[in-house]
Amino acid sequence: MVNGKVVVSQLNLAYRGRPALRDITLVFPEKAITAIIGPSGCGKSTLLRTINRMNDLIPGVEIRGQVLLDGEDVYGGTILLEELRRRVGMVFQRPNPFPLSVFDNVAYGPRVHGIRDRTLLADIVERCLRAVGLWDNLRDRLRRPALELPLGQQQQLCLARVLAVEPEVILLDEPCSALDPISTLRIEQLMQELKERYTIIIVTHNMQQAARASDLTAFILDGELVEWAPTEILFTSPRDPRTEAYITGRRLPVPH
Amino acid sequence: MKGWEWLIRRVLVVMAFSSLSLLALIALFIFAGGVPILAEVGVEQFLLGTRWAPTRGHYGILPMIAGSLWVTGGALVLGVPIALACAIYLSEIASEPVGRLIKPALELLAGIPSVVYGFLGLVILVPLIRVLLGGPGFSVLAASCVLAVMILPTVTSVSYDALRAVPATYREGSLALGATRWQTIRMSVLPAARSGILAGIILGMGRAIGETMAVIMVAGNATLIPVSPLDPVRTLTSNIALELGYAAGKHREALFATGVVLFLIIMGLNLVAEAVAGRGRSR
Ligand SMILES: Nc1ncnc2c1ncn2[C@@H]1O[C@H](COP(=O)(O)OP(=O)(O)OP(=O)(O)O)[C@@H](O)[C@H]1O
Ligand SMILES: [Mg+2]
Repeated sequence: MVNGKVVVSQLNLAYRGRPALRDITLVFPEKAITAIIGPSGCGKSTLLRTINRMNDLIPGVEIRGQVLLDGEDVYGGTILLEELRRRVGMVFQRPNPFPLSVFDNVAYGPRVHGIRDRTLLADIVERCLRAVGLWDNLRDRLRRPALELPLGQQQQLCLARVLAVEPEVILLDEPCSALDPISTLRIEQLMQELKERYTIIIVTHNMQQAARASDLTAFILDGELVEWAPTEILFTSPRDPRTEAYITGRRLPVPH
Repeated sequence: MKGWEWLIRRVLVVMAFSSLSLLALIALFIFAGGVPILAEVGVEQFLLGTRWAPTRGHYGILPMIAGSLWVTGGALVLGVPIALACAIYLSEIASEPVGRLIKPALELLAGIPSVVYGFLGLVILVPLIRVLLGGPGFSVLAASCVLAVMILPTVTSVSYDALRAVPATYREGSLALGATRWQTIRMSVLPAARSGILAGIILGMGRAIGETMAVIMVAGNATLIPVSPLDPVRTLTSNIALELGYAAGKHREALFATGVVLFLIIMGLNLVAEAVAGRGRSR
């Protein structure tokens, strides 16, 4: 189990002294989809954002423990921040394409990383839009503003934008919560296709989505990892009563 | 109660319309004063004539139009980069306390009367230019420098607001792709704030064109078309302010006509600013 693509080890995180993650140890295997579930405010987004160090932006964050990417600690100072974020892409809860054209959105990442050649950029844009199934739809509208697209397509575009920098890991923070059911299914299909090549970690509030779309599931409660197992097992025979209560939608026992 | 509501509403309507009708009255007054001479001399002669000697029948204001353009252009070239740098620093880089210090300083800068800027320009800038760069010192350059400082607060604070209005999700999206902070500013924050920044620049431009006192004090006010930044220059507003005190008859009408030209330029600028800002909002 040490051969995970991403390994989180004894991770503690506090916002201005208020703990949000407690002693989390978790392995994300390569080329698999891991779902992170748990009630609102339990620390799912926080955990996800420690992997590409997006929490660094928030003042007053304290992090102890390790996050290993291919065995290398991302907080160890050996991986350049920009390089880490290129290797670990992120799709956000609300689609957030830049107020630029479709083309420029996808080309944004490659440009940031120094690719200037126009034909090369055009190739990348086509490949990534194909990968997310937008190419046939948008090939004639590459110059149109991305914000004109329907939300579902905006989210697909955001995924294409991440693929364009050739990441190894893709983090998705409730990527479907702003989308309609059809767009949601589309994104789930895409995840299945992408898992052939990428390590995917998805935070979701939607239990069916986790059950449908993931290989492994981690259940977090109040900043602690309660249970982590192959998805089938976690949903059919959870070991912890708190997990069972959560996935069956029963009220959690209130701690005193 | 009903009666009160009705009265208050009426009073507000009257007050709201009084400012509008005041604007209309001013326009009417200026146009009425200026149009006869425009008809007599001919619009083209008036706008493109290079000789201004109103007591001897020459009413060409091209030197002043050129002067206003030179001085305003210079102010923008000098002032806008500094204002933008300032706005970007305040919104994207500065920590809270630094921002809290600089913002009021800028507002203070905006509140200093223009004659003070003119005075400082006169005693410091003009001699400096004369000694270092040659020429009379009273020049396009001196006026542009003074105006650059004067438009700084306007352009900075409007641009700052435009930058602050850029959703944090754009910055996050960019950083998450591995962009550096500067790349994020250049490639996603600035384009997103573009229309607001442009509106700020146009507002600054309007302020620069309209400013009179400080410019008169440092520009030299010669009625010649300047060919170098070191030449003295007279702007449209200076022309009116300098001569209206003693002008009579057609001379006076010609100054009103200068006002007409100024009025139209500034109206035009405001419309452009509205259009630019509006396009940003509708997006
Ligand atoms: N920027 C921040 N500053 C301070 N506290 C924060 C910050 N972000 C999150 N928190 C706190 O950390 C805890 C975990 O938040 P987090 O956003 O990770 O939860 P979540 O599981 O993603 O919730 P949700 O399902 O609502 O998205 C919460 O108690 C939250 O209040
Ligand atoms: Mg969250």
